[in-house]
Formats: sequence, C-alpha cells, structure tokens
Amino acid sequence: MNYHWDWGVLFRSPYFVWILSGFGLTCLISVLAWGIALVVGSVVGVCRTLENRAARAMGTMYVELFRNIPLLVQLFLWFYVVPEVLPIAWGRYLTRGLPYAPFWTTVVGLGLYTAARVAEQVRSGIGAIPRGQREAALAVGFSLPQVYRYVLLPVGYRTIIPSLTSDFLGVFKNSSLALTLGVLELTATTRQIEDYTFQAFEPFTAATVLYALVTFTAMGVMRVLEGRGRIAGTLAIGGR
Amino acid sequence: MFGNFDTQVLIKNHALLLNGMLISLELTAIAAVFGMVIGCVLAFMRLSRLLVVAWIATAYVNLLRSVPLILVIFWFYMLVPKVVGHPTGAFTSVMIAFVLFEAAYYCEIVRAGIAGIRRGQAQAGLALGFRPTQVMRYVILPQAIRTMVPVLLSQVIVMFQDTSLVYIVGVRDFLTAAEVVADTNNRPLELYTTVAVVFLAICLTASLLVARLRPRTAR
Repeated sequence: MNYHWDWGVLFRSPYFVWILSGFGLTCLISVLAWGIALVVGSVVGVCRTLENRAARAMGTMYVELFRNIPLLVQLFLWFYVVPEVLPIAWGRYLTRGLPYAPFWTTVVGLGLYTAARVAEQVRSGIGAIPRGQREAALAVGFSLPQVYRYVLLPVGYRTIIPSLTSDFLGVFKNSSLALTLGVLELTATTRQIEDYTFQAFEPFTAATVLYALVTFTAMGVMRVLEGRGRIAGTLAIGGR
Repeated sequence: MFGNFDTQVLIKNHALLLNGMLISLELTAIAAVFGMVIGCVLAFMRLSRLLVVAWIATAYVNLLRSVPLILVIFWFYMLVPKVVGHPTGAFTSVMIAFVLFEAAYYCEIVRAGIAGIRRGQAQAGLALGFRPTQVMRYVILPQAIRTMVPVLLSQVIVMFQDTSLVYIVGVRDFLTAAEVVADTNNRPLELYTTVAVVFLAICLTASLLVARLRPRTAR
C-alpha cells in the first residue's frame, strides 16, 4: 500500500478550523435532536403505558412508523416531500424562506426518529416498576399525572439511564447523515478536506478519534450518573 | 398534493427500482451471514482467558461501535482499493465495510447471550464431569442461542434499513435507484413515499415475525 502520509494537513490553515466547526455542528445537531427525542419520546412512551386504548394505539403507531423506515429515507421525506405536501405558502417557506433548512431538517428528522427508540425505553422503564407502586400512589390519593410525575417517571428514568445513553450515542453517530443534505458536519468536512488535498486517511482518522472520544466520555458520564441515581436495593454498574 | 400522485413514473421505472431492492437485499444477506460468523469469533475472543486476545477483540468492537456507519463506509471506500492495489467496485468496498461493521454489533449480542446464562449452569456442567468445551456445546450454547436469535434477527432488520446509506458512495441500492428516478423525472414525492412504504411493509412484517420467535417467558 503506497500512500503519502501527511499529518500536517490537519493543522494547516483552513482545514483545522473546518474540522473544529464540523465537530461543533455535529455536537449541536446531536444535542438539539436529543432534546426533541427526549420530550417526544417520553410523551409517546407514557402514552403506551396508559389504560386508554386510543392513546396506546397512537403510541404504538408512532413507534412502528418511525422505527421501520430507514433514517435516511425519513430525512429525504422531510426535506423533499413534506414541502410539496404542505399548503403552498408553507412549502415555499420551508424550501426558500427558512435559513439553514438542511440543518433544521436533520435536527427535526433525527429527533423524531430517535423519539421512537426513547419511547420504547421509557415504556420498558415504567413497565418494569412493580404494579403495586402505581396502585399505592393512587390509593394515597394522587391523581394520574401526579402518579407519573412523582412515582413512575423518577424511578423509570433512573433504571433506563444506560439504554438512554446508548440512544444518545446513536443520535450522535446518526447526525452524520446530515451530510446527505449538504450540512458540513464532522464526517462531511473530512470528505471536503479529502477533495481539496487528496489526503483521505488523516482527516478520517481525526474524525474517528473525535467520535470515539465523545463516545467513551459519554460512557464514563453514564457510569457516574447511574451510580448516583441508583435506587436502593438494585444493582447498577456504577454502584458501590 | 397527493391528488396528482403519478403512478406512471413508478410503473415505467419498476425494473430499476426492483434491481435496487435486490442489491439492498443481497448486501443485507452477505453482511448478515459473514458478519455473524466474524461476530461469533470476536465474541469467543472476548471471552477468552488469554488477555491479549480478549483485549484485541474488545478494542475492535468498541472502536467500530463508536463511529458512524457513514464514516466506516468512507474509510473502506478509500482503503480497500489501496490495500488491494487496483480499483474495486464501490459494491465490494461497501460489502466489506458492512461485514466488518456489523460483526462488532453481532459480537456484542452473542456475548450478552452467553454472559446471560447463570454461572451455576456452567459449574453444574463441570461438576458432572463435562469438559469446558462440552459445557459450552451442551449446556451454555443451547440456552444462549434461544435468547440470541431474536436479537440477532432484529439487528438484521436494522442493518437492512442501514443499507440505504450506501447512497453516499453511489451504489445502486433501492434508495439510490429511487433517487435517480426522482431526479430525472422531478418526482421526489412519488419515489420517496414509495421507498418509505416499501421499507415500512418489509421491516414491519419482519419484526412482527421476529417478535413471535421471542421466548414467551421473556415478556
């Protein structure tokens, strides 16, 4: 294999800044999409644990719909199809008026896609709580929203911290799909540097290291959080 | 709006779309088979008592699982022709990328399946005079496989969806074929809706079938 290695390219004038801004954009997309995923996913997940049949059916439909269509196809639907289906004025706003349309499309698309996964975690977290806790809370006189707010959700969230972490890392990695819509996030910048310099492996290595760094950091933070939020009498990886 | 949904463009280009779907399925099948074989090898390496072997497998799995599939596809797209020494088609490099990427995920599923068997089972087997390989063959694996298979198959469904990512290096899979047709006919609505519906139908059916495989006691 003959390849002319030149690690200096990473630190040369525009390229270093490109990588940094790409990394920043990757982080920004991930955090915003994760916010949407947590909120929507929690609502959908709670819906699936309610007694109400319509609410449960809606929750199930949401999860199956968003989980069984590839993310890239979903992004294309949001980006190319939704503006056509909406009333003309709205569609025109999405394609012409909205600044950074590809960025926002990715954030919303990725957020709603991940929400389906979060919903499944929330549902299983709540489902794992013994029935007696809900009944006890109701017997004490809590209203249903209060049962969720004070009993089920605080316990449920803490048991699913590890799986939520892996979902967050999923968002972080999936944010790379933004490049298909032309957003210059981390993976896209490495491709761009390759186009300009014909050096492919140095920028790829830099991106790989950055992705791995965030992943390992997130895993470490997860261990600490899990240990702190441990429920007495249960096992957790980080617990002492 | 959906009122002027043009089915003609789908009918006219059905051969191209069908061919794309076949490529997606082919890629899924190859990556599933070879990925599982390598995944099993990696899982046993991780369980090995030789620390170096276990460490190499762990490092490989953790690295692959911490980077996006798109980046892995790019890596192999550039790397494979350099290693082989002559240009290979995009499909070959994508195939290798999928096999090696998925192997890391299958490894973790296999390992979790084996680790999920209670320690007493292995100890009982050893106490009865089984050799360690026999314990694995007759006690642990038969139980572990039952919990592993549904998870492995779910991962295959996820991977089938992920094959759409080969779009970025221009392999003519289902989505890429649809994109070409959408572009030349200026019909994104019809094409992308069709792609979504087809994926939904296939993946939903497959995941319902997999759900029936899950052991009843697990729920």
